[in-house]
Amino acid sequence: MLAEYLPLLLLAVVAFAFVGLSVLVSARLGPNRPNPVKEAAYESGILTEDVDVRQSRFSVRFYLVAMLFIIFDVEAVFLYPWAVTLRSMGWYGMAVMGVFILLLFETYYYVLRRGGLDWD
Amino acid sequence: MTETVLFWIIAPLSLGTALSVVVLRNPVHAALMLVGNFFTIAVLYAVMEAQFLAVVQVIVYAGAIMVLFLFVIMLLGVERQLDFGERIRGQRAAAVFLGVVLLAALTVGVAGPYLGADSACPTTAEQQTEPAASPQACRGLAEANADGNVFGVGRLVFTDYVWPFEVTSVLLVIAALGAMVLGRRAEQDSDLVDVLRRERVPAGGVGDASYQAELQQSLEEDPR
Repeated sequence: MLAEYLPLLLLAVVAFAFVGLSVLVSARLGPNRPNPVKEAAYESGILTEDVDVRQSRFSVRFYLVAMLFIIFDVEAVFLYPWAVTLRSMGWYGMAVMGVFILLLFETYYYVLRRGGLDWD
Repeated sequence: MTETVLFWIIAPLSLGTALSVVVLRNPVHAALMLVGNFFTIAVLYAVMEAQFLAVVQVIVYAGAIMVLFLFVIMLLGVERQLDFGERIRGQRAAAVFLGVVLLAALTVGVAGPYLGADSACPTTAEQQTEPAASPQACRGLAEANADGNVFGVGRLVFTDYVWPFEVTSVLLVIAALGAMVLGRRAEQDSDLVDVLRRERVPAGGVGDASYQAELQQSLEEDPR
């Protein structure tokens, strides 16, 4: 039962150990000659002093993309048990999922036509 | 036995992370605590042998829902001073009242039927052969997961709970429409902010001739 999760636990242990060891070893063995330029925080070649990412805001369009992602993620989650039980349900199962998917595709079509997926 | 031990390890962690989400002032810290909470809940599901729920908890909540939360945090700006004052008059009192009502409803409606003596899980072999006394009576995990956990979930969702399942679809449609209405209102060019120079883009928009000239000039002065 719970012993089935032992490999998962081992994987987690190995993953954390790998990260910990990497950090430790590079800190111990790596040469450490800091200077102000090396210490400066940067992102894609731009110094974060110039662009404070903590102060800037994302476009609200990302929110729309994230919301659409969740909607189709939930759909995929329902598709899995549906696919497993489909043989025992027959056409009833097809009809039930048909209604569900029809409603979601109607939404998808609406979003597509309203330009929800266009970036400009 | 292992279940009990794991429960007493995980349950305090779950409560602690959940409280931290509410108490911590930094939204990023709160979001991290929320991820931790999602994982503890997933472990609790796994301990109860609801493997499908455990995996879905990680994929949907720790994955997708968390991305949405982080986007909202980034939309607002992490270190922006937010006004935590009351927006609606008496919202604290209303929140406490509704919280108590929800707790009572959950206790009576969901947990209630399982608190009686007849719903106790059969532990001895002879008890297990007896027919179930009530629909809520513990039928045993072996029966629930007889054809595999995913099959058991699927059978229930698409037969007994088919109506809530279809309503979920409507709920998702509403969520998408809400996001469309909020996210795609006609954007004014003057709403745009030049991130690098932290200045408002002039009314003419990015294509405005004087703005372009100014931009060109600033690039020549300081070619970053």
